[in-house]
Amino acid sequence: MYEIRIHSRGGQGGVTAARLLATAALHDGKFATACPFYGAERRGAPVVSFVRIDDRPIKVYSQIREPDLVVVLDASVMDVIDVLHGLKTGGRVFINSAHPREFAGFAAHHADLTGIALKENLVVSGSPILNTPVIGALAKLGIISPGSATSAIREMFADERNVRAAEAAYREMIV
Amino acid sequence: MDIIAEIPETEYVLKCTSACAGCGDSLALRYVLKAAGPDTVLVMPAGCTAAFQGVYPKTAYTLPVVNIAFSAAASCASGLSTFLRAKGKKTKVVVYAGDGATLDIGLSAVSGAFERRTDFLYVCYDNEAYGNTGMQRSGATPLGAKTTTTPAGKPEVKKDIDTIIAAHEPPYQATACASYPQDLFRKVQKALMFTGPTFVHVLSPCPPGWRYSAEKTVEVGKLAVTSGMWVLYEREQGKLTISPPSKAAMKNPVPLEEYLALQGRFKGIDATTVEHLKERIAGNFRRLAAEEAEP
Amino acid sequence: MRKIATGNKAVAEAVKQARPDVVAAYPITPQSEIVETIAEYIATGQLESQFIPVESEHSSMAACIGASIAGARTFTATSSHGLAYMHEMTNWAAGARLPVVMVNVNRALAPGWNIWAEHTDAIQERDTGWLQVFVSTVQEAYDTTLMAFRIAEHNDVLLPVMVNLDGFTLSHIMQPLDTVEPGDFIPPVHTPNPVDPAHPGGYGTITGPADQFRFRYEMERSMQQAKAVIGETEQEFARRFGRTYGAAEEYRAGDADVVVIALGTLGKEAEVAVDILRNEGIKAGSVRPRWFRPFPDLDLAGKEVVVIDRDYSFGFGGVLAHAIRSKNLTKVYCVIAGLGGQEVTYDDIAEFVRHRRIGEEFWFGVNDRV
Repeated sequence: MYEIRIHSRGGQGGVTAARLLATAALHDGKFATACPFYGAERRGAPVVSFVRIDDRPIKVYSQIREPDLVVVLDASVMDVIDVLHGLKTGGRVFINSAHPREFAGFAAHHADLTGIALKENLVVSGSPILNTPVIGALAKLGIISPGSATSAIREMFADERNVRAAEAAYREMIV
Repeated sequence: MDIIAEIPETEYVLKCTSACAGCGDSLALRYVLKAAGPDTVLVMPAGCTAAFQGVYPKTAYTLPVVNIAFSAAASCASGLSTFLRAKGKKTKVVVYAGDGATLDIGLSAVSGAFERRTDFLYVCYDNEAYGNTGMQRSGATPLGAKTTTTPAGKPEVKKDIDTIIAAHEPPYQATACASYPQDLFRKVQKALMFTGPTFVHVLSPCPPGWRYSAEKTVEVGKLAVTSGMWVLYEREQGKLTISPPSKAAMKNPVPLEEYLALQGRFKGIDATTVEHLKERIAGNFRRLAAEEAEP
Repeated sequence: MRKIATGNKAVAEAVKQARPDVVAAYPITPQSEIVETIAEYIATGQLESQFIPVESEHSSMAACIGASIAGARTFTATSSHGLAYMHEMTNWAAGARLPVVMVNVNRALAPGWNIWAEHTDAIQERDTGWLQVFVSTVQEAYDTTLMAFRIAEHNDVLLPVMVNLDGFTLSHIMQPLDTVEPGDFIPPVHTPNPVDPAHPGGYGTITGPADQFRFRYEMERSMQQAKAVIGETEQEFARRFGRTYGAAEEYRAGDADVVVIALGTLGKEAEVAVDILRNEGIKAGSVRPRWFRPFPDLDLAGKEVVVIDRDYSFGFGGVLAHAIRSKNLTKVYCVIAGLGGQEVTYDDIAEFVRHRRIGEEFWFGVNDRV
């Protein structure tokens, strides 16, 4: 079982990213579950979402304690949250960032999702959409296939800019 | 209780609650509590204000708060106040409840507490929907407004709780708006000078619910008043006085479209409904003006 | 069609396909999404139904009762305090023999104000005459909600049915969902004696001591008949749609020396604990009761029993544990865990089994030893 924890802020689409990831895994013929963790969920407050992917049905409902991958959609949550908490030895970090970031010895990857979203004009109510480009980035990490990343996005969104943003993130990601 | 000329600096709401950015309710709350002062017990049913009060073991309000079931604030306050007064205590009892708790699920309890002349102040903060559960329609949702349970716009008009309260003949009732804090402060102060039951109904603009950008809360609240969608007034022993901002609005209302255009919940509202809203505004102004003119 | 859906969305989808005539409901966390989605279906014409946005849960059940007495298929959803507020009327719906279907998203009761999973809300309805089932996956939530309408409306039952989903843990989790084309799996609604001026009568009139007990007896008779109806419905569902359910779901229980019994998602996560224990050489199994009313006959002969109660009856004990003690005449190790959404993992469940003390009650997180 592969476990992913996604850190974002309320209103940024972290929950949708979890859903897209699970959908893409489904398209890959796998089993997946995704769940947001609700504290006092208010716009702007830090939010955590969990995704589990496995080849067999997933019977676990309790929180992910030792993720294989930590995804940080908004770097500012790191001021209040220890995003590395529980990350497995050998686990990886992905961060939405224009520049490489160091994470205490864990393998770290980055892509400028915000820049990609702005370039594609993928903006709603003044905020760049991060949840579709991040799926492209995670496909480059091999979590899901690029084909399923696209089909999952198309299942949820009619606007092709989302697919283009995901493809741009896929290209930009260095693994 | 002496009328304080200036609004005190003391805050009864600690900083960094989990209220949304631009929350009109939290703005109103601060002024209500400043007017109530330190010898106060709050009764809060389920709702936004009880939610951003915070999680055990902390509380964000530096006054005692009795959190109670959604429908039961008025009855709970009734019991609390009855006992305090029997013991000779003058501690103010203030219910701070949302529109859902007041107009809908708690209406029976509100009516009962008012009919029994409970000595309390009932403040209803009105974000015109069930905010805490994600913006479903309430009886206070205006005609034509989109909510998650009225995706095509609410077909029914807003329930007039102030007229319902007036029928209970309270010594004092008022309407207020978070965008007019001095008016709100003065009205709460005044209410607390009476032996209750008294009622203050505060319009509390809500960015995620009404779908506007968080920094526009005060502007949206002002447009509610200047367009006539919300009228500021008070009734003292049944005698109506319309507050100056609404008097001005009656003479020269801002076009309703300006108020509606700012809010995503009115996006796509059809012309007929807008006309209907305007008729209701005009009718409301006429009714209130006539009442005020009565000797 | 296979997609990812939350428990709440799966329920709403099933309700859409069951085509209730009237939905009367009130929002409460963590159920609100069900009602919102149904309202959206109705507003967009995907479901032809009357949505009554009532002003309280007492009124949602009262409205469902009124509609059902008029012959409607009715649905509502609630949680916790909403269910508690409804309680006078849940009694009424069962006593009036109305096939109302309700989804309850299990949530703790206040105070403290806690929105997370706990079963006490539904457990407190256990004496009302409602059928109750607890589901553990999004797929099961969908399938069982469809079946609930057929079971409730069956002539041998005519009792309301409550489908329980763990708050947040199941209501908000996204899992794979296969939807079906129900076809005529749910026959058209047909309640006996709908209100009709041509056939006047009293519905729930004053009833004296010589008669009341007979009505209560009839309710119990129908509750017993429900077992066969549930079985037949589940068999028909399996035949048409390929998924099999039963009164309880067993996992590696056949040759087990010790079984874990729990309702809802804990009962499903227990299967992971079972695999861990088996790898250690402990012959563990799990039995997840689905139907709580009527309470199922569980085969526990020769096995040690660990019961996890996500509920409590103060001054009495864990309700599930007591039910099993009295029905199976066996001692159990009762673990009180998961109250108010307390986190319980498969590792915790495995520990409960490893350190079981049959005959005792253990409050997870409070007692200082496992």
